[in-house]
Amino acid sequence: MSLSTEADTVLTNDATDQDIATITRRTSVYVYEAPVRLWHWINALAIIVLIVTGYLIGSPPPSMQIAEATHQFVFGYIRFAHFAAGMIMTVGFFGRIYWAFVGNHHSKQMFLLPFWKATWWTEVWHEIKWYAFLENTPKKYVGHNPLAQIAMFFFMTIGMTFMIVTGFALYAEGIGQGSWQDAIFGPLRDWIGNSQVLHQIHHLGMWFILIFMMIHIYAAIREDIMSRQSMVSTMISGTRTFKDDKVD
Amino acid sequence: MSQIETFYDVMRRQGITRRSFMKYCSLTAAALGLGPSFVPKIAHAMETKPRTPVIWINGLECTCCSESFIRGAHPLAKDVVLSMISLDYSHVLMAAAGEAAEAALEEAIEKYKGNYILAVEGNPPLNEDGMFCINAGKPFVEQLRHVAKDAKAIISWGACASYGCVQAAKPNPTQATPVHKVIKDKPIIKVPGCPPIAEVMTGVITYMLTFDRLPELDRQGRPAMFYGQRIHDKCYRRPHFDAGQFVEHWDDENARKGYCLYKVGCKGPTTYNACSTVRWNEGTSFPIQSGHGCIGCSEDGFWDQGSFYNRVTDLTQFGVEANADQVGMAAAGVVGGGIALHAAVSALKSAQKKSQDHVSENEEA
Repeated sequence: MSLSTEADTVLTNDATDQDIATITRRTSVYVYEAPVRLWHWINALAIIVLIVTGYLIGSPPPSMQIAEATHQFVFGYIRFAHFAAGMIMTVGFFGRIYWAFVGNHHSKQMFLLPFWKATWWTEVWHEIKWYAFLENTPKKYVGHNPLAQIAMFFFMTIGMTFMIVTGFALYAEGIGQGSWQDAIFGPLRDWIGNSQVLHQIHHLGMWFILIFMMIHIYAAIREDIMSRQSMVSTMISGTRTFKDDKVD
Repeated sequence: MSQIETFYDVMRRQGITRRSFMKYCSLTAAALGLGPSFVPKIAHAMETKPRTPVIWINGLECTCCSESFIRGAHPLAKDVVLSMISLDYSHVLMAAAGEAAEAALEEAIEKYKGNYILAVEGNPPLNEDGMFCINAGKPFVEQLRHVAKDAKAIISWGACASYGCVQAAKPNPTQATPVHKVIKDKPIIKVPGCPPIAEVMTGVITYMLTFDRLPELDRQGRPAMFYGQRIHDKCYRRPHFDAGQFVEHWDDENARKGYCLYKVGCKGPTTYNACSTVRWNEGTSFPIQSGHGCIGCSEDGFWDQGSFYNRVTDLTQFGVEANADQVGMAAAGVVGGGIALHAAVSALKSAQKKSQDHVSENEEA
């Protein structure tokens, strides 16, 4: 046990005693349980559909003359795909929140930032230095590194909540007054005042998520190559493998 | 109050037959979304109730609300509309002027204390103690407070009184302020629009006379029967929207075919009003029918939503006009460039490290 207490100070706080014990014996840890992985990929797919269709809703494709307007539903299908993907993302997000309660220790990471822990902040600083090329050796992390955790929290937990809430407020306009969507989300639209403003901030939110996607994919690939642990395959198999057996 | 004529008396005096009067009651019931059983109720109210005293005051505005109001077609012609209510003060429509007009206002307030409806057209500017709008030698905001004190209810006519309209557009130098932000202790009905539809204006008044209460209001305080749906929800061009058939330019073939005006900035999808159902000028037409997009005139802050002809609003926060896509694209470009640069440095660094390791291995060997 002396090893683990010592390791606690050097290894990320995200690692449990059990994880550390595993690392010293084996070079892989089971991190992302099946529901987390399933959510990740469904969510990724939904977001791609939402971004593409969302952009087209703001700037529609060139007019098409396939049939009489009655028999042609091109823009209707684009909007349908957007709403359907939005619903899937919302249900998935609720499922993911549920899993944070019943799942393993790592499944809680994206919902809570341990900003009261001094050691976490030193790790944040370490990561900043690592990305700024001021640190030669990366640290080992079982779950997210603290910088990734911050990004997850602000872009995904906060960003997705923002998109879901504003999205439903816009959707409620189409469903109309008297619907439960309008009862819950309508007051937000009235508080903002003009629905055009709501459209605007929802649209900017799309770019916010897109920028996160770029950083996320880049960082995952870069870490997979340059760090001391697996990244991309971990979100497929759930297992984090390490390239060396040093604890730190 | 008994000396005041009923609506029916006034109508008969004006030569309107009972048959026309009943027709009017049916039309009003239909316009208000009420069933046929309400027709006799409206008729009864019109026959027995004294006309409701209305005081109509004007602040910072362009009088388009009054212009629209006197063109109301259902309820009937303008003279009947003007006779329905006992319009005791309206400096646009009254014959009296100057001292006499102001005396009439004071007299009306005294006579109908707590019973009159205050109709406000325009809004008070609050900057410089309200000096940007002077009525009868005093700032309008003082007149508004004075008349509102003894009113039963207030109707905010138009976008000015409801939300502020053009005079409250950024940066709002006179600090033009909608009525509900100045008068907070009275029931207020917002009837936004620039101007509101004539039939909507007369419909709201008729409802209040008939039932002696305010119509059902939505969360923003607008009559739900007229502002419950978007222009877009009842637009006759909606099938072209769903089909993805849009006017691309004002002079193209699609414009002639009457396709959807979404791409040229129609604000129908974000505007709550009755234009696409009630229409204008006795139901003749409305902006979209005449080939121009809706400008969203009945929405809060509609002057601050960029061009009337853009679908995605311009952002002025960045000094130059750019829309959400341009800003997002620029941000994504910067991040993308940053990533590319970062990747390049990462590759160089790791190559450097490898060669160093190689050298040190060789040295060790």
